[in-house]
Amino acid sequence: MIAPPGIQAPAAVDSISHDLLEVAMGPHHPSTHGVFRMNVVLDGETVVKLTPVFGYLHRNHEKIAEKNSYLASIPYTDRLDYICSMTNNWAYVLSVEKLTGLAVPERAEYIRVIVAELTRLFNHACLAGFLLQDMGALGTPMMYAFREREKILDLFESLTGSRMMCNYMRFGGCRCDLTAGWLEQAATVVAGFDSFLDHFEALLNGNEILCARSQGVGVLPAGLAVNAGVTGPGLRASGVNYDIRKVDQYGIYNRFKFRVPLGRCGDVFDRYMMRILEMRESLKILGQALHDIPAGAIIDPKAKLRNLRPKPGEAYGRIESPKGELGFYLISDGGSAPYRYRVRPPSLINLTVLEDMCLGHAIADVVIILGSIDIVLGEVDR
Amino acid sequence: MLGLGILRGLVETWRNFQGSYYDPARLTTVQYPEEKLPPQENARTFPFLVFDGNEPLAGLRCTACSICAVECPAHCIHIVKDTLKKPDYLGKMQFHPKVFNIDMAVCMECGICAEVCPFDSIKMDHVFELSGVDRKMILEKTDLAKPNDYFHKIHPLEAATVDAARAAEQRKAQAKKAAAPVPAAV
Repeated sequence: MIAPPGIQAPAAVDSISHDLLEVAMGPHHPSTHGVFRMNVVLDGETVVKLTPVFGYLHRNHEKIAEKNSYLASIPYTDRLDYICSMTNNWAYVLSVEKLTGLAVPERAEYIRVIVAELTRLFNHACLAGFLLQDMGALGTPMMYAFREREKILDLFESLTGSRMMCNYMRFGGCRCDLTAGWLEQAATVVAGFDSFLDHFEALLNGNEILCARSQGVGVLPAGLAVNAGVTGPGLRASGVNYDIRKVDQYGIYNRFKFRVPLGRCGDVFDRYMMRILEMRESLKILGQALHDIPAGAIIDPKAKLRNLRPKPGEAYGRIESPKGELGFYLISDGGSAPYRYRVRPPSLINLTVLEDMCLGHAIADVVIILGSIDIVLGEVDR
Repeated sequence: MLGLGILRGLVETWRNFQGSYYDPARLTTVQYPEEKLPPQENARTFPFLVFDGNEPLAGLRCTACSICAVECPAHCIHIVKDTLKKPDYLGKMQFHPKVFNIDMAVCMECGICAEVCPFDSIKMDHVFELSGVDRKMILEKTDLAKPNDYFHKIHPLEAATVDAARAAEQRKAQAKKAAAPVPAAV
């Protein structure tokens, strides 16, 4: 990165009492959740200006996808938000399905919901763990969250072959059927997750340090959140009822009974609680999906993986990924690769309000405000 | 009361710590490398080439059709066709690869090559301890060729399905041959 944009040397340094200090936090900093830099201008300990600098992890994702075939882009989408590969797959195949008009068999829809909600579970658990680590609880909550995540990743490995880079969904269905006994294992993991959440909440919810550090910190007003295009738990923590699972009802989400938790203040604590409550709702969805899943085909017989050439046209498929609205916008010119391939990454767009949330807070709060947004730099920089 | 929440949390931590002495299920890690978990059957790392029979290069199932090289998202497969054709398991004359290289530094283990291969030739391996002392990152077909028995060992279910399908095709081809004894022109 040449010449960090937007930051000039503090102009008026009239007296020692008004000396401003410019600090570059990152790109290699334990609190920045990836290679991400924040140029922070401080007055004492108070933040007066903050400029996010990103792009360190830019991998040319969109242009690579415009050169490769439609099938070959699926493994690349795993690497966008590398924690939640399943939901990335889903958003991409959803837009290709819209482009080509493929139908998805019932069983595949159920499998998709199950793996997506499992992804949401461990994403939110890890976020809570990381957030607590940023607050100084080194290790314990994060390791508890990772212990549960490992069980879900084992499920993913036995289903797809890989723990994190699943590369599982295909246009019109899924790549392979569930292995024998997978549903029972998943039910065990889901049952165990419920009691894990009880313990996790006992460990953390009433904790004075958590409350003191997070309540009233980093308030995101609902109006600003809507104007900035913030989506996901961050938006709902500000009290805006917008969940794409309810709004679009993509897939088969209209069949499940679940509620959308809403926050009141939009501070870091609300964003933390939003994750805990959403995990409870995800468990409800998982319980219903694991119970109702039918037998049948897992891929549309008309689905064509190789040499896919959709008719000229455009499609935008979006899902509620654990981080917010993840969308893929595809334009086809009838060729074997998309003419234009655009990702709408929730992490990047949620990051744009970082400065507004941080102004006036101490630099130690910047760390937890960033942690509460839930970003993954693979998705921010693409 | 101030501090009650912290105390409650510490009790939770203490219970987990104590429990790990009495309940083996609470010990979630293993002592790698002394102790290793068995890999899951579906697990995948790098691709390898399956061969039938005893001779690795003669028995390769690969017909150098280059579908995997075209579909590979990272374009890490390099294939050069041989000029000679050899009969395959159905008695059909097929090309063979003169060069079949996979750049392991580029491969991202997605498994698309194994998925698109119409000859069940390229499959995903289970090996993962691959660090070495040299810089040999491009594997040639001699390094990649592994016997069908190995495929059976690591992916028993999938290998059984593949073998059954191939045997059925073979029977069909033989029946056809017996019906029309004149061999098809090459």
